Amino acid sequence: MPTFVYMTRCDGCGHCVDICPSDIMHIDKVTRRAYNIEPNMCWECYSCVKACPHQAIDVRGYADFAPLGHSVRVKRDEEKGVIAWRIKFRNGKKDMDLLAPITTKPWGTCIPQLGDASAPTQEQRDSQLLFNEPKYIRMDEGDIHTLESNGLTMKEGVYY
Amino acid sequence: MFSANPFSELSAIISPEIMQGYIVLMVILVIVGTVLDMMHKKSAEYFFENAKRAQKDAKRVLSTGKKASLAVQTVAGEVLTSSEFKSTRRRISHLLTMYGFVFFVVSTAVLIFGYATQANAGIWPALWHLGALSLAIGGYWFWFAIRVDVASEGVKWYNFNGRGDIFIVGLVSTATFALLWSATMGAGALNTLFFVLFIACATVLFGSVYWSKFAHMFFKPAAAYQKKCIKADGSRENLPDDYDLTDPSVQQRFPDIPEYLGMNPPNMGLGINREPPRHY
Repeated sequence: MPTFVYMTRCDGCGHCVDICPSDIMHIDKVTRRAYNIEPNMCWECYSCVKACPHQAIDVRGYADFAPLGHSVRVKRDEEKGVIAWRIKFRNGKKDMDLLAPITTKPWGTCIPQLGDASAPTQEQRDSQLLFNEPKYIRMDEGDIHTLESNGLTMKEGVYY
Repeated sequence: MFSANPFSELSAIISPEIMQGYIVLMVILVIVGTVLDMMHKKSAEYFFENAKRAQKDAKRVLSTGKKASLAVQTVAGEVLTSSEFKSTRRRISHLLTMYGFVFFVVSTAVLIFGYATQANAGIWPALWHLGALSLAIGGYWFWFAIRVDVASEGVKWYNFNGRGDIFIVGLVSTATFALLWSATMGAGALNTLFFVLFIACATVLFGSVYWSKFAHMFFKPAAAYQKKCIKADGSRENLPDDYDLTDPSVQQRFPDIPEYLGMNPPNMGLGINREPPRHY
């Protein structure tokens, strides 16, 4: 079930239109407020919900996630670097708050400067590997790294 | 030009009673249009139901004093300084347009009801001209550069979008023709033409409230007030709290915060707001 917009909160800034991966958030030409032009094509990625500076977008979630009538609302505070969720069931008995970091460094300070990287050698150009591929999958050190080669074992369940 | 009362010369052709009748008619049109708009969109019903729902989820009852203080905050913030706008350009343009419109309308009413036949009307003619000028500057800025169709959707400035643009076109054309009419006073047919266009545009502006965005000036403050109320009474429309990350109880409840961000998390900057949303 798709996103919808609280018209009284929306100021038509366009962040949701900009971020929607399906290009289905548009600005209504008469009211100049955002709306979902094709609800069937919304996969509830929550990008627009998180991007909205006024928390004007909400989602009617599927019943397999929580009983119908529930509310899953989110507030992404970029300046604090955290995202807060509130999940509330229809009967109000389950009312859960979650808070998690979304960055540990100020935004834009760790963008890789690819322009400063050294140019690939002729050998790298002739190789079938993509630029930087050996480094990141570490083929250059012998073989692909695995849990086993790193002395790790798979643990059951969720852990940190 | 700025100190001359344009309506005093007009009173030689049109009687002050007719001018006053026109102002009353425009006020009636705005009231009727707003009521029809409210009935059609059911905005009053929406606010009432929303307030009832919020009351059900409220964690504390707001006293009358608190409600009054929130109303004062809404007037001081959202109404008088347009603080709801996140974009500074939009906010400045809105302030220019809003204050220009208020000064223009109020001074028009004062000039017509108080000084219709007097050339010397104190500060009011200057306020009338400055109001129209501010309205035109804010309005044209919005029309040429800030309007979402032009700023983000690649639409040309001269593409008129019917109902969506009727309000802003009504505002800028009324202000423009008012200024041109005042500037060409005594120029015969040209002056008459600008006067006819001024009246036509003003009639469209005030007569199209039902179809245009004019009514937003009534329901936007109501929405802003309600937004403050739901924060104050704790219902928050089911939104999460605004956590203070340096609060030890928050850090104890959510241990990821001190672990990854430290005990006193820094300001991470603007994120996606570093660039304006104009990539579509």
